[in-house]
Amino acid sequence: MRRRALFSRTAIALGTAAVLALTGCGSSGPGSTPGKLQVWSLQDAGLNPVVKASVDRFSKDGDTKATLSTYINDAYKQKIQVAMGSPNAPDVFYNWGGGNLDQFVKAGQVESLDAALAKKPEVKDAFLPSVLETANLDGKQYGLPMTGTQPVIFFYNKAVFAAAGAQPPTTYDDLLKLVDLFKSKKVTPIALPGSQGWTELMYAEYFLDRIGGPEKWEAIAKSGGAAWQDPAVVQALQYCQDLAKKGAFGTNFASINYDNAGAGKLLATGKSAMFLMGTWEYPTQLTNNPAFAKKDLGWFQFPSLPGGKGEPGNLVGNPSNYFSVNASSKNKEAAVDYVVDTVSSDAYIDDLIKSGAVPATKNAESKLAGKPNAEFNGDVFKMVSTAPSFAQSWDQAVAPDIAKRLLDNLQKLFLQKITPKAFVDDMAQAK
Amino acid sequence: MTSVLVRERPGFVWAAPAAVFFGLFGIVPIVVVVYLSFTSWNGLGTPEWVGTQNWSALFDDGDFPSAARTTLYLTVGSWLVQTPLALLIGVWAAGHQRFRAVMSTIFFLPLLLSTAAIALVFVSLLDPNFGLAAIWGKYIGVPDGNFLGDPSRALPAVVFVVAWQFIPFHTLLYQAAARQIPGMLYEAAELDGAGRVRQFFSITLPQLRNTIVASSVMMLVGSVTAFESVLLLTNGGPGNDTKVLPLHMYQQGFIAFDMGYASVLAVLLVIVGTVLSVVVVRSTGYHRMTSDREGL
Repeated sequence: MRRRALFSRTAIALGTAAVLALTGCGSSGPGSTPGKLQVWSLQDAGLNPVVKASVDRFSKDGDTKATLSTYINDAYKQKIQVAMGSPNAPDVFYNWGGGNLDQFVKAGQVESLDAALAKKPEVKDAFLPSVLETANLDGKQYGLPMTGTQPVIFFYNKAVFAAAGAQPPTTYDDLLKLVDLFKSKKVTPIALPGSQGWTELMYAEYFLDRIGGPEKWEAIAKSGGAAWQDPAVVQALQYCQDLAKKGAFGTNFASINYDNAGAGKLLATGKSAMFLMGTWEYPTQLTNNPAFAKKDLGWFQFPSLPGGKGEPGNLVGNPSNYFSVNASSKNKEAAVDYVVDTVSSDAYIDDLIKSGAVPATKNAESKLAGKPNAEFNGDVFKMVSTAPSFAQSWDQAVAPDIAKRLLDNLQKLFLQKITPKAFVDDMAQAK
Repeated sequence: MTSVLVRERPGFVWAAPAAVFFGLFGIVPIVVVVYLSFTSWNGLGTPEWVGTQNWSALFDDGDFPSAARTTLYLTVGSWLVQTPLALLIGVWAAGHQRFRAVMSTIFFLPLLLSTAAIALVFVSLLDPNFGLAAIWGKYIGVPDGNFLGDPSRALPAVVFVVAWQFIPFHTLLYQAAARQIPGMLYEAAELDGAGRVRQFFSITLPQLRNTIVASSVMMLVGSVTAFESVLLLTNGGPGNDTKVLPLHMYQQGFIAFDMGYASVLAVLLVIVGTVLSVVVVRSTGYHRMTSDREGL
């Protein structure tokens, strides 16, 4: 009896609490307010000073005061997802282009930059077309590149290659021969941080490109479904699986982690001969293993596949990241001005280069010469500017739920737990 | 007048601060999650009512059965590993041996570290090329140090790390409880000629019954909702071999941005956690709260 009475009183107290909580909702935090331009970006030690300087320049020159907020990677994706469409959304936001940007475009939350770009054709003209492409959705430009371009390339340890008498491979057969050679020398041929599926994705991306050409991926990115079941995709996945089975990545690759620099260290210490990674690995090596990076770190493009449809110069990776404008911004004009005027300006490009990045602008080549790491950055620029196609990483190009499924399946594929056929059938089912 | 008020039992006002807190951070979120489980929402815009669509999607979710199974293994495994060890160390730490205080302090150290810190340290320790796994792996039959990436070893590795983190806490419970056991019981047993093993099973264990129940409830509910350790150690990999339900929920919600379906999983976790603790408490008679020292 006493318990019953106590319970009902508690229930009343809880009810009161619930009402209090509900009335507490609905207040709005800081967001897009007239006269104050909110710029959201990713937290990145190299990039932030560049963007901050541009924001400060913008505030000084115009009537609108701009402020920059930065967030770490995973938190940013969650935060922007929740903020867009709410009063707390920023005016200008950092994004990955492709599928990431497309979901906001489909929700009607992104302003097209076409009108502003039509007035200033020199802005659009300044960028490499293959990089602009990623933020061009349904024929409209929704974002402009604002970070360096980062293709995925092979890094290699020159000392290990020299000791084995090996040369960087140009065809896939060369690469397979190198795998056998390094295995016989008790060196893991290729470092692969397979505890993270996106590192395995790079192989699938390159194999599909080399086997079927970039059109195959474009078809998948556009419609998904049955496009996954194209024979070229099955074949590309088979190549991945065969390479893993051959022992190219050693036996314990699934335990290796990229974030704790376990894979980069394998390459630097000569326990591995090669490492397929985005060009952001170069500054990482310079920081973590400076002696190795200055002396023995080499790089080459993913080998060609004779008989395949993809051109040897095709690249995959991060063409760039983009600034886009929130369609419900209260400072739309200023936001568009900021994006269009900033990212191709000399000051911004110079700052990007100073931070060690390779800008995706046509004039970058001459600007890169004589700067630190000119050899590496010049090579990267040459690869990007001459690439017939530069495909965005698949996990950024598709919707987040498909990307997650893709990465899970890749881990299973590399561990020989599913067949390429089962892989594509599962992906074809994903909505 | 005042004397009547003083004698009255504490009213609901006394419970209000705790109740408000619990309501705000316990009940309200659960109600919202139940509502969200009937909507389609990707975090953008307004949730859209879709009826039971998310709930029927449960039957088409290929990851759900394996995630449920993995959660069960993790829960049972954690209980089987943690309970005996925590019990033995706790009873030992309640004694008066030499260096006991020093050793106990060392045992309790993991209590001071955050889950994230522990997980990240173990990611480095278990690195197959540069961690302890590379050096010690060969002594336990894993020469290539492949723990977190091996489908059959990843989950035991997670159980190990979680145990390393939580055994000290449960040890503390057992230590406190073992100290409450009256010494006269042991003296009497000694006079009757009972050895140390007999004393442990006939006196210590029965006297610790309620503590075992309390510690088990915490362990079971904690394992059912274990999330950060798995996220940081394996992120559910390799493939989805260590993907437990809370991680599945997180990925559906905050990676795939399918808040509706993630809410379904969240509601399930609330139900499983509640049922589990009620069942344990009921089946052991713990709710009757019989005294530890009955008969004294």
